[in-house]
Amino acid sequence: MSRELFWLAITLVVTVITNFIPGGRVLILPELFVALMILLYWAAKPGAELDKPVAVQATGPGDDKVHTWPHLVRSEFLCAIFITLGLILWSLVVDAPLEEPANPTRTPNPSKAPWYFLGLQEMLVFFDPWHAGVVLPTFIIVGLMAIPYIDINPAGNGYYAYESRKYEILTFFLGFHILWVSLIIIGTFLRGPGWNWFWPWEVWDSHKIEALTNVNLHYIFGIRSEAGAIIFGAVVVLGYFVVGTAAMYWAIVRMKGQEFMHRWGMPRFVLTSFLFLNLMSVVIKMVLRHAGNIMYVWQTPWINF
Amino acid sequence: MSKWEETKRQITESQVWQSIFRHGYDDTPGNRVQMVSGNVWLHLHPSKVRRHAIRMRFTWCMGGITFLMFLVTVVTGVYLMFYYRPTAEYAYADMKYLEFDMPFGMFMRNMHRWAAHGMVIAVWLHMFRVFLTGSYKPPREFNWVVGVILLVLTMLLSFTGYLLPWDQLSIWAVTVGSNMARATPLLGYEGPFADWTGANPIYDARAFLFGGGEIGPHTLLRFYILHCIFIPLVASLFMAVHFWRIRRDGFSGPPV
Ligand code: HEM
Repeated sequence: MSRELFWLAITLVVTVITNFIPGGRVLILPELFVALMILLYWAAKPGAELDKPVAVQATGPGDDKVHTWPHLVRSEFLCAIFITLGLILWSLVVDAPLEEPANPTRTPNPSKAPWYFLGLQEMLVFFDPWHAGVVLPTFIIVGLMAIPYIDINPAGNGYYAYESRKYEILTFFLGFHILWVSLIIIGTFLRGPGWNWFWPWEVWDSHKIEALTNVNLHYIFGIRSEAGAIIFGAVVVLGYFVVGTAAMYWAIVRMKGQEFMHRWGMPRFVLTSFLFLNLMSVVIKMVLRHAGNIMYVWQTPWINF
Repeated sequence: MSKWEETKRQITESQVWQSIFRHGYDDTPGNRVQMVSGNVWLHLHPSKVRRHAIRMRFTWCMGGITFLMFLVTVVTGVYLMFYYRPTAEYAYADMKYLEFDMPFGMFMRNMHRWAAHGMVIAVWLHMFRVFLTGSYKPPREFNWVVGVILLVLTMLLSFTGYLLPWDQLSIWAVTVGSNMARATPLLGYEGPFADWTGANPIYDARAFLFGGGEIGPHTLLRFYILHCIFIPLVASLFMAVHFWRIRRDGFSGPPV
């Protein structure tokens, strides 16, 4: 009983709070919704007697199942109540942004894509738009879809298993946390006018000019002619993929053995190493750029890489 | 039998009552199963689940939260649609109208927007959890693929909605976000090999998305229809497949 009282108290608190917020006095709709959820939650409370045998059963092998109603349904309602409450409170306190009316002739500086695409916008620093905006997203989507088909490790199916899935988890971590999420954070908070880097304590100076000292890789190697640059870049990029694939082959055989490679098969290996090398190419280009001011690795009149 | 019991019996045994509710509410194993299997919404669940699968630590609740956020945007979105006209003359004014004149207007708009952002975050976390528990492994490979499609659709839903307020924030964010389309190899006029395919500013991938060479009223209508009708429909279809597959395969879990 005390649990239900607890929930009732929460609704009351919310009601009181909303009534003190200007305009909040008419907010009966969301409260009704929450009240309904609480009612359902209460309806789905587990009955003590029925659950004992299940709990005893669960210690033995075989069937460890419990009834969906009330056990799962209750957690779902509970979760829904919390989240809905949070969302209601948030929506009462924070207003959705609305700036001046659209004006196609006045480009704001900086113009930022919606935050969830800022990782890709950040990629524009390192790659040409066709690469950052089209090729990379395609690889991300294809790569994500390919995961279940290239990961044939039967361990860790349906439970947390870090030890036996070290490399899989590290790769996902690199792609998701480092390249996707942290670049969004950078794009949101640290990029200002001209897409220049501003620390949070710096003022956004739209006249800030950063010396463009970037050079292309072939230039560093003393190559000046167009044809030379094309050939040089082709050798470097193709070489990266050929050597990289060979290195991956060697590393995987060393780590998992020839037998694994055989079971895994060529198509899986080639797809995996191709995607992985592309992932690493993003890291490499970021490092080259930040540490060595290198713009393109392969420059041609048609495309740059 | 007290008067109260008598009335209750009369109600629950009436034809009307029994035509609606098909089982009693006593806490018996049979009723517990019927609660789920006899209810169109709840029967998305199996009637029994494995104990580990209902732990917060296992699911993080994130798939469910994604769905909840979707439902919130549907409800609040319908409300907004009553007052919003997707034309360049009215769109922005209707935002102001919602804010200052409509009961719940600003609140509904806030809820819609924050739920949409919440959905994007929740779907990422859901994917992360499914990855960490290795739940994409056989037999759930294809449901992961369906999930990736849902992930893309979620972001497209949010992106198309971004344009609708028709303010500086929205048109420029959408311009920046769509500019990549004009760089598509072969299909975009600024992309590699555009000369060869003849892609030009008013006839290329971005113009197809925008409904014209530049972002404008035509884009607003196009994004509105994508946002309110097309993508929600497609996403609902894929969610149906997603849920159906989970129902068939059961939640993943360690071998019994
Ligand atoms: C609109 C987006 C989505 C919705 C509404 C949704 C909903 C759900 C729900 C409610 C579950 C039940 C378990 C849980 O809550 O964790 C689930 C499971 C699952 N989801 Fe999603 N999901 C979405 C997107 C995704 C994405 C992006 C992926 C992966 C890329 C994915 C892959 C899966 C898989 C493989 C399962 C089975 C997990 C298991 O059996 O343990 N879903 N989804």
